[in-house]
Amino acid sequence: MSDLLAARSQMAMSLGFHILFAVVGIGLPALMVVAERRWQKTGDPVYLELAKRWSKGAAILFAVGAVSGTVLSFELGLLWPGFMKFAGPVIGMPFSLEGFAFFTEAIFLGVYLYGWERISRRAHLLAGVMVAVSGAASGIFVVIANAWMNSPTGFDLVDGAAVNVDPIAGMLNPMAFQQTLHMTLAAYVATGFAVAGIHAFLLLFDPENAFHRRALAIALLVGAPAAVLQPLSGHHSAQVVAEYQPAKLASMEAHFETGPRAPLLLGGWPDMDAKVVHYAVPIPGGLSFLAFNDPDAVVKGLDRFPRRDWPYVPAIHFSFQLMVALGTYIALIALWGAWLAFRRQDHASHRWFLRALALATPMGFIAIEAGWTVTEVGRQPWVVYGILRTADAVTPMPGLIVPFLGFTLLYCFLGVIVVWLLYHQIIRSPRPTEWSRRYSPVRADRA
Amino acid sequence: MPDPTLANIVALLLTAALAAYVLFAGADFGGGVWDLLASGPRKARQREVIAHSIAPIWEANHVWLILAVVLLFTCFPAAFARLCIVLHIPLSLMLVGIVLRGSAFVFRSYDTAEDRAQRRWGRLFAIASLLTPLLLGISIGALVSGRVVELDHGDFVARFVDPWFTPFSIAVGLLTLAVFALLAAVFLTLETTDPELVEDFRRRALLAGVSVFATAFFALVLAPGGAPLLHQGLLASTWAMPFHVLTGLAAIGVLAALWLRIYRLARLAVGVQVLCIIGGWALSQYPYVIPPDLTIEAAAAPRATLRLTIIVLLAGAVVLLPSLIYLFRVFKSGPADRPEQRAQGG
Ligand code: HDD
Ligand code: HEM
Ligand code: HEM
Repeated sequence: MSDLLAARSQMAMSLGFHILFAVVGIGLPALMVVAERRWQKTGDPVYLELAKRWSKGAAILFAVGAVSGTVLSFELGLLWPGFMKFAGPVIGMPFSLEGFAFFTEAIFLGVYLYGWERISRRAHLLAGVMVAVSGAASGIFVVIANAWMNSPTGFDLVDGAAVNVDPIAGMLNPMAFQQTLHMTLAAYVATGFAVAGIHAFLLLFDPENAFHRRALAIALLVGAPAAVLQPLSGHHSAQVVAEYQPAKLASMEAHFETGPRAPLLLGGWPDMDAKVVHYAVPIPGGLSFLAFNDPDAVVKGLDRFPRRDWPYVPAIHFSFQLMVALGTYIALIALWGAWLAFRRQDHASHRWFLRALALATPMGFIAIEAGWTVTEVGRQPWVVYGILRTADAVTPMPGLIVPFLGFTLLYCFLGVIVVWLLYHQIIRSPRPTEWSRRYSPVRADRA
Repeated sequence: MPDPTLANIVALLLTAALAAYVLFAGADFGGGVWDLLASGPRKARQREVIAHSIAPIWEANHVWLILAVVLLFTCFPAAFARLCIVLHIPLSLMLVGIVLRGSAFVFRSYDTAEDRAQRRWGRLFAIASLLTPLLLGISIGALVSGRVVELDHGDFVARFVDPWFTPFSIAVGLLTLAVFALLAAVFLTLETTDPELVEDFRRRALLAGVSVFATAFFALVLAPGGAPLLHQGLLASTWAMPFHVLTGLAAIGVLAALWLRIYRLARLAVGVQVLCIIGGWALSQYPYVIPPDLTIEAAAAPRATLRLTIIVLLAGAVVLLPSLIYLFRVFKSGPADRPEQRAQGG
């Protein structure tokens, strides 16, 4: 493994690990706050139990998110000093703002977790709201930094250095809006459906359990609206990518030849040497329509770019298809749930709906990893699109395979323990003594 | 164009963020040291006080480090790049320590109360708490000794190991560890009302205070050869003498206050002592971010970035400081015993 490949793998592994926790850090506080609010309104102890369980989960995941995020801040320099030297002054701003968001999040999470007995109910709920808001804000700021890597603005390039730096213009780069919107929605989709899926699965065996019923209702409340919006936001993303990163769009769609009436390919495996896609189902004009709202529009293919500027197409095409497929499935379930609610049917007793939800448990997270693969691998060979090559940004330190393997092992170890703890401390049905086990009628649930 | 005044202001803020990290997170790491060294009949209760004093605040305290790193790469990108290249190994190991410390700590809080699980996480938490300060200190030692220079020739050891693997750096590492342990022990005397435990932490604080003297002495002896610039800065310049006197007085003040059991005074004095040590380091190194050749001005980001960073920091402080004070008020207003225990204890 070359040092460059080791560095890229370590970065991808660290980000791929961190993002799981970051996403929960954005989504779970929202669930927690809704549960606590309902407890304060209804006095139903099940809601309190839910809020406490979720906050325990948030505590474990937040800590792992915080330490893995710290690793990332250093890795930006440890692996990509050339990138940071170039980009630090331009994208430092969103990172500084993110720093403040972390501070607020960490402070109020401390207050929330350990303050149940120490502060008033109102102050406690407010602390939860602060955690939820600052969690979303930190995600938004860091994604702005990433969007800048895709569509760099706010400086002039003179002799390979950035001059006339304008950090605000850097933050307002053209990809920033769609990426932050899509990512924030993704966090609510992934957390909402993971939680809903777990409780749906448990309801299949324990249909009367009020704990799981209420958890399911809250998780759907947070996840389903975001899931319906996500394909729309993704479609918008694709149009922005078509404009600013045509090589990435061509790789997502495995579109080798420039031309009008470009087809949308479903499935298939691209062959970069033969420049064909095997086993794909084409929809004539589909790509032209999706990218430019016009089935006859000309879509740039990879033939417009020198071969050394191509990213690795099969990974991007596959990941993109995977994300869209999962996103479509989740959105359909969300619509089904909305239909059930409209018909005033009980979600928690509809066994097919529960099964479909249980299947969706990991899907949001898989879609997130796939989506980031599209974004990051699709940007290659550039670390700052069109300006700085990844190969020129990497550290001169040799033997990078050692830290790559080291951190991979460390993260595997953490991952296993986190899953084990979550299972034992949070997901397992509470023992009847933990709250008075009773089944409340569905109507009360919806009130 | 970099602006020398703005660059100096940011350098000052960066030092302040680092000082806040050492004061607050340092005490959390020091708590891990005392967890490892817990002994005697009150072993379990010592560990409990340590855990309860750290739990609600360690993540907030930890963010000071992130703030310092972000300031460094935003405002002194060339310095960040060079530090990360030359000190890749100690910084990576420090990260391993940070990861293990934080996660072992929460795992212990949320794993079963069963003794074996608790001991296992406790041990990992404590050992990782040793590793991080040691490596942080080693990195700082390498920085002040003026050995963080990028060589494009020479073998792996010359380029990536020699800069930091020196007796002087290791002495600074040990000094850092001792300072963190001292901070923790002094703070812990105020975290419990149980007189026996207070006495335990007082003895530990005295021990740590003496270790700080010993390791500082050791580092100073090595300084003429190991860190000539620091040595000159600390001895030769005009401000050096009053500074030494103040640091020395604070250090003696800590020990005296502990001896006389005036714990609030000890806490104040230890804060002054640590600020003096960091201030002395910063002043001796001025005007370099990385001695012997990279100055604050030469490493600074363009003016627009520096100005905006300062504005953001000030605006952020308006939100942050009240929140931080609130956090400390909620949890540090009384001894951080478990609510049940308080109820029993009356
Ligand atoms: C729950 C997760 C999730 C779901 C259901 C979807 N996505 Fe997505 N997608 C992401 C999670 C995600 C992501 C991981 O959050 C990315 C990576 C970068 C970003 O901003 O969002 C992303 C990136 C991303 C990009 C690339 C943006 C860029 O490179 O800047 C496009 C074009 C789409 N998505 C399109 C879609 C479409 C058409 C979907 C239709 C169903 C869809 N996504 C569902
Ligand atoms: C899209 C990608 C990312 C998102 C959405 C994101 C979001 C978050 C969130 C919500 C947290 C709070 C901790 C938690 O709840 O678990 C967090 C922690 C952190 N993230 Fe990320 N992050 C991303 C990528 C990065 C990157 C690339 C960096 C590196 C610069 C980074 C640095 C950090 C740091 C330093 C923390 C710890 C903060 C603390 O101690 O509270 N993150 N991140
Ligand atoms: C958390 C979600 C993210 C994931 C899963 C992710 C994934 C990846 C992957 C897969 C790579 C390797 C590219 C390749 O091997 O072809 C990479 C590289 C990189 N990413 Fe991201 N990324 C994320 C967010 C971010 C953010 C928010 C930043 C902000 C600065 C960032 C900065 C980088 C850098 C500097 C590299 C190395 C250079 C390169 O290979 O392009 N990433 N990331």
